[in-house]
Order: sequence, then C-alpha cells, then structure tokens
Amino acid sequence: MNWADTLRNGWDAIRTHKLRSILTSLGILIGIAAVVLTVGLGQGAQQQVSKQLSALGGNLLIVSPGSSTSSGVRGGFGTAETLTAADATALTSKAAAPDVSGVAPVSQSSSQSLENGSTNWTTTVVGTTDQWLSVRGRTLSSGRFITADDEKSAAAVVVLASDTASELFGPLNPVGQSVTINSVPYEVVGVLASAGSDSTTNLDDQAIVPLNTAEQRLIGGSNRTAVANIYIKATRDSRLSAAYQEATGILGFRHATTSGSSSDFTITTQQSVISTTSSVNSTLTDLLIGIAALSLIVGGIGVMNIMLVSVKERTREIGLRKALGGTPALIRRQFLSEASMLGLTGGLLGVGAGVGAAYALRSVISNPVAISIPWILIAIGVAVAIGIGFGVYPAARAARLSPIDALRSE
Amino acid sequence: MAEQVIELEQVRKIYQTGSVEVTALGGVSLSIAPGEYVAIMGPSGSGKSTLMHILGCLDVPTSGQYLLAGEDVSTMDEVELAEVRNRRIGFVFQQFNLLPSLTAQRNVELPLSYAGVGRDERARRAQAALERVGLGERMDHRPTQLSGGQQQRVAVARALATDPALVLADEPTGNLDSRASADVLALFDELHAAGRTVVLITHEAEVAQRARRVINIRDGLVASDSLVGAGVGT
Repeated sequence: MNWADTLRNGWDAIRTHKLRSILTSLGILIGIAAVVLTVGLGQGAQQQVSKQLSALGGNLLIVSPGSSTSSGVRGGFGTAETLTAADATALTSKAAAPDVSGVAPVSQSSSQSLENGSTNWTTTVVGTTDQWLSVRGRTLSSGRFITADDEKSAAAVVVLASDTASELFGPLNPVGQSVTINSVPYEVVGVLASAGSDSTTNLDDQAIVPLNTAEQRLIGGSNRTAVANIYIKATRDSRLSAAYQEATGILGFRHATTSGSSSDFTITTQQSVISTTSSVNSTLTDLLIGIAALSLIVGGIGVMNIMLVSVKERTREIGLRKALGGTPALIRRQFLSEASMLGLTGGLLGVGAGVGAAYALRSVISNPVAISIPWILIAIGVAVAIGIGFGVYPAARAARLSPIDALRSE
Repeated sequence: MAEQVIELEQVRKIYQTGSVEVTALGGVSLSIAPGEYVAIMGPSGSGKSTLMHILGCLDVPTSGQYLLAGEDVSTMDEVELAEVRNRRIGFVFQQFNLLPSLTAQRNVELPLSYAGVGRDERARRAQAALERVGLGERMDHRPTQLSGGQQQRVAVARALATDPALVLADEPTGNLDSRASADVLALFDELHAAGRTVVLITHEAEVAQRARRVINIRDGLVASDSLVGAGVGT
C-alpha cells in the first residue's frame, strides 16, 4: 500500500465522521488561529513602522552642522551655524550629485505665536524651500506649498500643518485666510496632510514659511543665513549611500575638510533618527501566544483521545485489515495519516478563522494585521505535526492488536 | 506426490490462562491437496476455531509444523504472516467484515492494495472478481445498500481478488437466511468446480454435506476424516 492510498484512506475515515473530526480539531483550530493572529499583529506593526519610515522619507539624509567651540567648550552637534542655503544649492548640482533628487534646507526654527483674530497658538515656525514637500514625503490636504517665487520675493505666506490649522481655524478651511506672526500678517496658502508623529516631534504641529522670509523676518542675529539642517533625498533607497558619499564630498569641499576627521557637519539617515516604537500591544501578543500554546496542547490531546476511541471502535476493522495482509507498520501508518489529517483539518480551519479574525480586528483596532503566507504554511505544518505527534500512541495501539482478538470483538 | 496446499504435522496449540493450561489443539496432522473442498466440523469448544486461526495464519502453533503451499509458516513472525495471509489466503467471515464506508469495489480492492497492486490493475481485478460472483452491476454500492447474501458475495469476491492458494471460509452462512445461504454455497460449489481449494469451517451438517471431504474435530483432535463423494450440486 503506497502513501497515496494511505492518505486517501485516512481522508475517507475523516470524512466518514465529519462532525466528530471537526470537533476534534477544534482545539488545534483555535491554536492555529491564535498563531496566525499573533504573527499577523506583529508583522502588521512592523509593516506600519516601515511604512511610516518611508512616508517620512525613507531615503532621506539629514545634514546637521558640526559643533561650535566657544571659550574652549565644545558645543556638540548642531551648535555651530556653518550650513548655509548656498550649501543646499550646491547639493542640487546634477553633475556633482547625480543620486540626489531633492534638497531642502530648513532654517533654524523659532517658536512663534500665531494669531487668527482672537485665537492664538504657539508653534514652531521653520523656513524652507519649495522642495521640502517632496523631500520629506509630505502631501497637502488643501491649497499649495511654498513656491520658488515666494522664496525669491520672501513673500509673507505660510503653510500650516494639520493640527496647527485646526487649532487656529477649527473646522474651517484656512486657505486664503491670514494669520499674524510677529505682528505681520501672513497669507495661509496651504495645509499639510496629517503625517502622525515620530518619537520626539508632532509632525502635524508646525508652520512653514519661505526660507528667505524666515531669515529676514523671524530669525534675528548675525548668523541669520545659517540653516539648521539640510534634507537630502536620494533618487532611490538603494542609492542612499551613493547620495551620502556625494553629499559628503560636496560639503567637505565647500567646508574645506577632508571626509571624516574634522568636518563641521554630520550626515545622518532618517532611519537612525526615527525610532518609532512598535505600536502593537505586547500584552495582547503574549496572551495570544499563551492561548495558542495551550490550545495546541489541548487540541493534540483531543486528537489523541478521539484516535484512541477510534482504535477501540474499529477493532474489527483493524483485525480485518490485518487478516487481509495489513502489516503492523501499515496499520500504524494508516492511523498516523488519520491523525495528521485531523491536524491538517484543524490547521486549515484555524488559518481560515485566524485570517477571518484578522480582517475583523482591522475594523476594531487601529493596529494593522498582516497576513503572511510563509507563516500560514508553518502554522499548517505545526498543526499536522501535532496531529502526528499525538497520533503516535493510538497508532501504536492499533498496530499491536492481534488479528484474532480484533476480529472476534463485537 | 503433488505439493499439498496444507500440511499439518502434529500441530499443538496450548493457551495459558492464568496458571491453567488449556490445550486447544492436541496434535493435529492433516493434509489438503489442491482443488479439494473440505468442511471442518465440530461443536463449539472443540478447537475448530483455533484450527481455523492456524490454517489462516492468524495465529502460530505452539508446536508442530504447518506448511502452506510448501512454505513453513509455523515459525514466521507477524510481518511475514501478514504477507502470507495476503498472498495465499482468501478469507470469508461469518460477519462478512466489509468496511461500511467503502464501496463494494474498494472493499474488494483492499487486499490488493496491501499487496501493492497499482490502482488501475486493482480496479480491473476487483471488477473481474465482482463479476465472477455476479455483482458486476453493484460495484459502487456500499455494504449497507446490499442484502446479506450480496454482502457475503462481495466478501467472496474479496477473497478471490488476490488469486489465493486457499479460500478459507469461517461459518460463511452463519448470518444468512436459507435462501442467501444456498446462494453462497452454490458459489463455493462453483469455485470448487473451477479448481479452487476451499476450506469451510461450520457446525451445520447440511453445509458440510456440500463439501467433498468432512473433517470432524473433537477435543482438539481429528475425530474423523471422511470423503463424502455424494456432494450435491454441479
């Protein structure tokens, strides 16, 4: 008797007792469903993180000024005011930096009170150029972004982030309205779409003005042309390190440093800045893993129990099969294949239930639930393995029966 | 002398129940030639069931030798016995012992599948065997859809499917009404006429009368062994 026949016989036996088989595999079903769900939640959270990363500009480089030294005290990264808008312009050179697709200098931020009539809201105001939107991977929910013309004319226009807009204007569309910053009225030309927050900053609470406007009207001091950061977007994720090298070269040349040693700037990647914590509730995951392990064990015992009943019930059949030439090994194989079919049934139904629950959960909780095909295959494999594992003992009992006693039993 | 299908030489079977030894067979010697139609008779407790188990290779003797178609089966282990049963013996039981979840055809295929016969060949041979017993039209019926007599004919077809040296029937009419019994016995007559070796275990005299030779077992020994040439039928 070959394997195909054995499996076919096993499947026949399972089908003969449909209800019993399904009830038996219930434990495994729940266990596998919990596994699929747990993995789904975990992977969903991971996918969310990487989606956030790429939404915030996964292929992004951030240039920060180096440290300043004042009276012998070295001030740490970002304290010097060595980067300028001219550096940013130099980085846009297609010849020197072919892997850079966008450059956005960002002015030093200043905390300002924005006023709309009697409503006011204090937020961070930064100046930047028209490329900021694409470099940071942001979108507008209404209006337009700062243009090159705004930049040239240092126009009094402002783009509000979504939270800032709603604080100042409530549900109204602020585009075309004006807000007062430092007693100067600015026209609101656009509103940014929401982007959530990274670990330190609410990305939805800020106001953006043209870089020149910021330098001339908002930032005082002698070093007003210094920019706080330059954001560089690589053409593709895979070109990020090439873009890094090009940027290091250009800035190193402009700042007359050789790469590495005493550069007065640093370049970091977005990934190293953002540490978005996994938002999945780890208690929920632990609970599900516990349920999975427990119900897989209980399910396995259920399989064993039913297989023992089945061996008892089918003593005559076993006797007959032995009389007709079934060797102990073949009888054992038959019952093992039935047990594995029970496991498989539980596994398949469990995957179905798990995927169903994942979709249902998507509409209940905010965490995304990912369905991973490799994990589903692993889960089914585990279910079959449990069936086989807990089927060993009943199958051995069946194989040991003497054909005479088995035939004689009623 | 032509090779015998069955040759028993001083076969004993002793069961140990607790501290009591029960001698089921006390030294049975007999031989059955190819093509014989033999009935083994005896009241319950006579040892005829034990003899049937040993003849069927379902059990091994405590001592003595048993040659089945020239092969010494008295010292075989469980796996070898299973193979010998599969190759050499076609069983027909009182309870029919068909698997209720399988069609007639797949029931007949069962010993063939243990013999490792491929699927197409299996189907062909099962069909031939079922036609042989007059059930060619009922191949796809399940046992519950068949009468008792028909079920026993399926069982006979199953016994024939592997083309065994010996058809061993244990009270084949015990669960049948007289008409179905006659039906099944006529089938055994036909098998005998076709040259099969048939051994039939029964306690009914009228069933035994159909055979050509009757062996009586009493107290674990052969009490009589006689030819009854007058057998009925064709």
